[in-house]
Amino acid sequence: MKERFFHTIFLFAILVGIFSLVILFVDIISDGYKFLSWDFFTSYASRKAENSGILAPLAGTLWLVFMTAILTIPIGVSTALYLEEFASDNLFNKIIKINVSNLAGVPSIIYGLLGLAFFTYTLSLGKSLLAGALTMTLLVLPIVIIASQEAIRTIQPSLKDAAYALGATKWEVSKRVILPHSIGGIMSGIILAMSRAIGETAPILIISSIVFITTVPSGPLDRFTVLPLQIYTWASFPQDDFRAIASTGIMVLLFILIAMNSIAVYIRFKTQD
Amino acid sequence: MHNDPRGIRNRKIEETLVLNLLRLSGLISIITTIGIISILGINSVPFFKEVGFIEFFTELEWTPLFIPQNFGVSPLVNGTFLVAFVAAVTALIFGLGSAFYLSEYASRKVRKIIKPLLEILAGIPTVVYGYFALTFVTPIIQIIFPETIIFNALSAGIVMGIMIIPMVSTLSEDAMNAVPISLREAAYGLGAKKYQVALRVVFPSAISGIVASFILAISRAIGETMIVSLAAGGKPTLTLNPLDAIQTMTAYIVTVSQGETPQGSVEYNSIFAVGLLLFLLTLIMNLIGRFIVTKYAQNYE
Repeated sequence: MKERFFHTIFLFAILVGIFSLVILFVDIISDGYKFLSWDFFTSYASRKAENSGILAPLAGTLWLVFMTAILTIPIGVSTALYLEEFASDNLFNKIIKINVSNLAGVPSIIYGLLGLAFFTYTLSLGKSLLAGALTMTLLVLPIVIIASQEAIRTIQPSLKDAAYALGATKWEVSKRVILPHSIGGIMSGIILAMSRAIGETAPILIISSIVFITTVPSGPLDRFTVLPLQIYTWASFPQDDFRAIASTGIMVLLFILIAMNSIAVYIRFKTQD
Repeated sequence: MHNDPRGIRNRKIEETLVLNLLRLSGLISIITTIGIISILGINSVPFFKEVGFIEFFTELEWTPLFIPQNFGVSPLVNGTFLVAFVAAVTALIFGLGSAFYLSEYASRKVRKIIKPLLEILAGIPTVVYGYFALTFVTPIIQIIFPETIIFNALSAGIVMGIMIIPMVSTLSEDAMNAVPISLREAAYGLGAKKYQVALRVVFPSAISGIVASFILAISRAIGETMIVSLAAGGKPTLTLNPLDAIQTMTAYIVTVSQGETPQGSVEYNSIFAVGLLLFLLTLIMNLIGRFIVTKYAQNYE
């Protein structure tokens, strides 16, 4: 009797999470499907909900992710390689390790404040894509570092030992053995970090504030908006139509994220065996 | 010069160069931390010179955008912890239940399907949850408590709690998995039922990990921004009633940033003072949470 009761309670707890997920998707699709059209992708934001589209924020998001990836990947993978393979166990390196995990717990809005004061004002980058991408890079770096470290750690030591025994240097081992064998884990870490960058609203809002942008950025120093920021703006309007179009934007955002995560799962699956 | 057929000298130069480049990458994370602390510190100084620590911590009103301006941070801290408490309790109830199910009841096959599904919750952008709180959960709350206004702490807190279920569940499950099988077997050997093992053996043995997950959940909730900005309102209030509209520290920073606040004004500087407090609060909670996790992990090793 009691046995079945507790089994049901625990099962119920986990189903609440799963059901919430289903309800969330149903809620968004049922609100947003009616504005989904080709025009939605090719129009700029407008004062009327039915004429509004996501051209500017979609372009901004693509620019931002592209620039963030270029900055994040080399720094993140190098740091992981350094910590796992090159660093000796001294105090300095211990501080770096503790520091990386602490940075992962800093709220994203704090990175926004850092970007606003340092990139936007001190370096005079203004409310530009570059200021946004640099901020986003600092925000997602811990994710790439931690994922890459884990991927590097799973390599069988015998593989590395064999290379070292042949007289290879640390860099040669890294280049020829470690990176090729951990590329799957590193790649899926990078994709997760980029999905985080796509979904983050707060730091971009702090840097670029809410603006009415009706141009596609043409260079890294242009002003910009991103998909989640446009969704936030629409969702905070009191009119029902704007809320509905916000959910159409959410559909696009979630589609991009699901596509990226499926790729990450596929890569992990492919490289596991 | 004698010949160097295998390019040993070049290899050495290359090796040193690479080592220093990699070390430089590692330094970036240190510089980021120093950057965060100094930026928050430097920009808070003019604020505290103008307002003063005493007013900041003892004044009971926060009205920086009105005249007369008041800079008592307590309503913001109150709103932040009210939402975070609702979120952490929600996440603990369902996250802990999920962890029990995954660690003690689910077969390997079921676990392999359910766990990734649950983890999707953690990957959904917070602005989406904000929308969900505002357009789905709030109307339901209004049906149950008809007097509730659109913006309230409860809706934001519940949805935020749903978002951090996977975090609590994973951390608690890790703690439960660390409990040695022999303890469970001993209990089963004495004739204990599954729920008795879960509640009387696994739960007490994993309690420190579970407490840590609760602390880390609160820390995560304190720093959350978009859900509260959309659903909890923009009214700094000293209240313990979750049906009231409140403003959190993060939502205040967003409110100021939405407009074009001139650099150097007291409003501009105030977001850094609030940011500094937010940073310190989350840092302390993360350190405590992680300390408990590591201390716990050593227990059975």
